[in-house]
Amino acid sequence: MQLGIFSVGDVTTDPTTGTTPTEHERIKATVEIAKKAEEVGLDVFATGEHHNPPFVPSAPTTTLAYIAAQTSTLLLSTATTLITTTDPVRIAEDYSTLQHLSDGRVDLMMGRGNTGPVYPWFGKDIRDGIPLAIESYHLLHRLWREDVVSWEGKYRTPLQGFTATPRPLDGVPPFVWHGSIRSPEIAEQAAYYGDGFFANHIFWPASHTRQMVGLYRRRFEHYGHGAADQAIVGLGGQVFMRRNSQDAVNEFRPYFDNAPVYGHGPSLEDFASQTPLTVGSPQQVIERTLRFREYVGDYQRQLFLIDHAGLPLKTVLEQLDILGEEVVPVLRREFAALRPAHVPDAPTHASLVAAASTEEVPA
Amino acid sequence: MTPSTGSGRRRTVAVISAGLSQPSSTRLLADQLAAATDRALRLYGEEVLVEVVELREHAHALTDSLLTGFPSGALADAVDVVRRADALIAVTPIFSASYSGLFKTFVDVLEDGTLEGKPVLVAATAGTARHSLALEFALRPLFAYLRAAVVPTAVFAATEDFGTDAALSRRVERAARELADAVQGRPRSGPVDPFTNPTPFEDLLRG
Repeated sequence: MQLGIFSVGDVTTDPTTGTTPTEHERIKATVEIAKKAEEVGLDVFATGEHHNPPFVPSAPTTTLAYIAAQTSTLLLSTATTLITTTDPVRIAEDYSTLQHLSDGRVDLMMGRGNTGPVYPWFGKDIRDGIPLAIESYHLLHRLWREDVVSWEGKYRTPLQGFTATPRPLDGVPPFVWHGSIRSPEIAEQAAYYGDGFFANHIFWPASHTRQMVGLYRRRFEHYGHGAADQAIVGLGGQVFMRRNSQDAVNEFRPYFDNAPVYGHGPSLEDFASQTPLTVGSPQQVIERTLRFREYVGDYQRQLFLIDHAGLPLKTVLEQLDILGEEVVPVLRREFAALRPAHVPDAPTHASLVAAASTEEVPA
Repeated sequence: MTPSTGSGRRRTVAVISAGLSQPSSTRLLADQLAAATDRALRLYGEEVLVEVVELREHAHALTDSLLTGFPSGALADAVDVVRRADALIAVTPIFSASYSGLFKTFVDVLEDGTLEGKPVLVAATAGTARHSLALEFALRPLFAYLRAAVVPTAVFAATEDFGTDAALSRRVERAARELADAVQGRPRSGPVDPFTNPTPFEDLLRG
């Protein structure tokens, strides 16, 4: 089981102090958070991609490369890479480069983005979101696997005899997850390629996540990549912890009540019962997280959102300490004990290289 | 409410009522329309299940769902009742020359396509008959936008219509017959569930 964090990268006023970080402070804080994640023993750091204020991560590979240079084991990922509005040629080249610089410590999560105006800013139309995601990823998939690509599609200028450079590290493309909150087409897409499927999980009820993951698993098997319970599933999660659970609730409540996404709506208690949000003691987080597998099956990656809604850097780093000291070691042990032997780990660069060399050796 | 008989011929009629007071004249009109529709469908030999959604009970959840993007708990069930129904009876009080905000909020949280092709009977209540055309200039265009099949007769009831005059009852019966006729013209298959029957990827790839 890979355990980590994912960041939206929002610049949000701390509702308890009225303080708003500068973009510079937020970007530097992101790097601190990622380094801390490795230091406390987490496996993955994933950054969002946005091209509008109040978000800062518009250039994810720049930030991830900078983090890669200051870490040694942390797997760097995205949540999500905008496959709709980013040229697949750029994605192929940017992330291959990052793969070389980080010695293979990179994978990606594809997403569509839900901010209407971002599409026309990049010459696209949000109404084409799904067809764009499908066509662009199909091209990206080829660019990483075929040295010379000739291609023609609807949404990008044609390519004749094109080679994306550099070629992927060791000839093995980064592993790809497809993220979606609610589109069955994306679960279908992930299943078709035998890629991973990441359910955002944090904004919608568990019943919905169960349905999305169930579809992905069935179709993964349908497309011949293995049994349904061997499909590669990741989940989002959202936690805030203090030793004493009431302290966690009291401290987090103003951040929840004013949060950009759900603030001024449901109560913290209602939202925590309707979604995976867990505010309480480390033990409560452990117990809640271990129950996710009851409705999605044994899964491979759990990412938590902890650095949003105006929480100050100091608090976020404290959350990472608690995760690393009290939560992650227990989750790692318990998930491993619960998982049947035939359910694989999430692919890494090393495992993909090993798999590729096995395929090449004649029987 | 008629219990399920388990018959394959059963039709379901969802009723949404946006009345705020208790008891409410909007609900009273909704119940009359539901009963008349039930009778009209039974004349066709159909089993009928009427399911009433009182929007007032979902007022908080509706506001929450505008902000979170998903309907929770009992509201999710109510949305599902409308989604699965063979026909919808939609009844609102007229506020400031149009449907009430609560009524519109419920319509706003329905997923795209929920009402596509669905037979809908629109009805409204108000203090005086001067608001009666709100059905034609507000509700009918709203449901036309949602590609619902709105029956020709829309039923308006001012407070005075609940008196002894039988005109309201005649309009209720006529609208209910139209709704039952529209349901008769529709196949029984429910909405397509994209999770049970996903579009195969090869089809998606062909664009």
